[in-house]
Amino acid sequence: MTEQPVKTPRPERVQLFVTCLVDQFRPEVGESVVNVLERLGIQVDFPEGQTCCGQPAFNSGFWNEASDVARHFLDVFDATEGPIVVPSGSCGAMVRNFYGEMFEDDPAEMERVRRVSERIYEFTEFLVDVLGQDDLVTNLGPHLDETATYHQCCHLERELGVDHQPQQLLKQIEGLEMLPMNRPEVCCGFGGTFAVKFSDVSTAMLNEKLDNAAATGASMIVAGDTGCIMHMAGGLRRRGSDQQVRHIAEILDEATSLDKNNTGEQT
Amino acid sequence: MLPTTDRFKKGAKETLADPVIQMSMEAVYTGFHTNRQSAAAATEGWDEQRDRGRAIKEHTIANLDYYLEMLTDKIDENGGNVFFANDSAEATEYILNVARARDVKTVIKSKSMVSEEMSLAHEMEAVGIEAVETDLGEYIIQLAGETPYHIIAPAIHKSQDQVAEMFSEMTGTDPGQTPEELTTTARGMLRETFQRADMSVTGVNFAVAESGSIVLVTNEGNGRMCTSIPRVHVAVMGMEKIVPSMQDLGMMLRILIRSATGQRISSYVTMINGPRREEEEDGPEEFHLVIVDNGRMKLLADPKLREALYCLRCGACLNACPVYRKVGGHSYGWVYPGPIGAVVSPVMSGLKQGKDLPFASSLCGACREVCPVKIDIPNMLLHLRQQVVEGPPEDRSVGRIERLGWKAWRFGNMKSSRFWAGGKLANLLGRPFARKGMFRRLPPPLSGWTRSRDLPITASSPFRDRFKKRRPNSSGGEE
Repeated sequence: MTEQPVKTPRPERVQLFVTCLVDQFRPEVGESVVNVLERLGIQVDFPEGQTCCGQPAFNSGFWNEASDVARHFLDVFDATEGPIVVPSGSCGAMVRNFYGEMFEDDPAEMERVRRVSERIYEFTEFLVDVLGQDDLVTNLGPHLDETATYHQCCHLERELGVDHQPQQLLKQIEGLEMLPMNRPEVCCGFGGTFAVKFSDVSTAMLNEKLDNAAATGASMIVAGDTGCIMHMAGGLRRRGSDQQVRHIAEILDEATSLDKNNTGEQT
Repeated sequence: MLPTTDRFKKGAKETLADPVIQMSMEAVYTGFHTNRQSAAAATEGWDEQRDRGRAIKEHTIANLDYYLEMLTDKIDENGGNVFFANDSAEATEYILNVARARDVKTVIKSKSMVSEEMSLAHEMEAVGIEAVETDLGEYIIQLAGETPYHIIAPAIHKSQDQVAEMFSEMTGTDPGQTPEELTTTARGMLRETFQRADMSVTGVNFAVAESGSIVLVTNEGNGRMCTSIPRVHVAVMGMEKIVPSMQDLGMMLRILIRSATGQRISSYVTMINGPRREEEEDGPEEFHLVIVDNGRMKLLADPKLREALYCLRCGACLNACPVYRKVGGHSYGWVYPGPIGAVVSPVMSGLKQGKDLPFASSLCGACREVCPVKIDIPNMLLHLRQQVVEGPPEDRSVGRIERLGWKAWRFGNMKSSRFWAGGKLANLLGRPFARKGMFRRLPPPLSGWTRSRDLPITASSPFRDRFKKRRPNSSGGEE
């Protein structure tokens, strides 16, 4: 967030919280995060004990189960040092905003929550607010000849307040033509188990989103959260659409890759 | 109103299949929501004003007993009567008694959501008193025999053609009337009723404690007709609709009206200070204020839900909500729809019956972003979800299978080796059924997903394996 001082020494090493969805469903996103950070001269550690932040159960009302998994998360990451980078607004918000809701009556746990949540940064937030807004463009000169439209993921925008960093980074990519989408701020209808429990409603929301994205004519939708990406990608695939949905880390990876032939992995 | 909050899914399905309503609901975004956005952008210090509005409500609700007493004393001084009703039944009985004692034949109503809680117009008709809604939207849905679809635009779901057809059947007017002509038709029908009404029932947007003033915010002028023509005026309010002072009122009006319609001020803001005084020419001979609890104490008693009582009923959260815009107002099954309804309707009318409502949200947070008093609706929905799962037995309602599922999820996430093995197992088991790494059809509960979306299979090589491969000696943490 903005209150984090930008002019602290540039971190040399970060801890990666890759998130359960990236680990299991979109590992390419995690690889892209590591690629970009390493190209920026930052060493990336992956604490192997990590699993999930607990959000799925928390959002479903199962706070007992969620708090156990959250404690496990705190065990793993409180034992590390330095910034924690997460390529997800939703999981970042879980730690930063909602752990406090779950543990508010537990002062000892709150102390760990405070320590860890002060260290956690969503990926684009880290790049822009911690490294500095011109760090990536100056060091790596991103270039990608593509057309894209940006979907504003809800938790990234409204829970974490990361409301300009992703678009700022995309704007810095030479050759990338950003085509504005109608109603970019409206939810895609994912909402975790909401998509399963209220399938009809979720689908109607998704259709509106995909229609708006299709109308841009962009070759891909760029977004910052893997849940939303899986949701939109699943819908596009079912429609038989050629449009792709990519995580912003993948775009930044491709745009900064020296060997442009060795990119464009798809799931 | 009898809650049908357990019908949410059914109602949502029906609404999604209704092209007329889906089309009408677009106007909620392109009209109300867009107008609010422009009004907010054009107001200097908008965010600070919302903070101040919230602080006023916070203070008032924290000292509700004090301000209610002040209000009551002032209204008494002004020559009005105050009645506290614990529930809808008590409120209804009081109002019917007032009507009967004055031999009232016709009651005109201006918009009041609290009176919808009581189904007041129905109750009056049931005892032979003619009760006519005078807000155009309310009038339309009264004619249609429906309940409000939206807090400030009760007939938003009706198309122009539907209204024209309805009016035509009633009065023989041309079924092709324009909106202007329709308004004139309604005006004609209502004018005659205004003139013979002997009692009015209105809502209350704000009650000012220091002066005992009742404030009505309207755009049609019907509120003013209701409070000046009939000899008896009964105002009905939820107990939270109070502000301490006139100065506070100024701030609240600013944020309420901009949030509701995007106007800087509504066409009418009416302030009532009791019945007509001797030197005055207009106004009722009698004034009654009915202050209704009807479940609000339940919200007040819960520190996690208390801020629901800050709500100004502007409807901005409905307009911003992508779920409301798809499922419409009636699906929520009680008086208050949309995000704020998903909080207050299940609490006020029964959480067990309304258990779906807190879950019927993607938690996108658009509601909180537009709320004039920054009510954290997503957070309250999360707390209600927890109550449905882990709350007292009378609130709990979650299936055994789901409980087992989350236990298994917990087990799999407490150790990274299990997490890894779970992914591998899912990959192995799923592989024969996946096409190009995607599932097209899965059994319940995942069928809810695959009905309209493909679902990827877990990666054969998850990120943690790939990370190890790229740097065999690197590690952080252990296991």
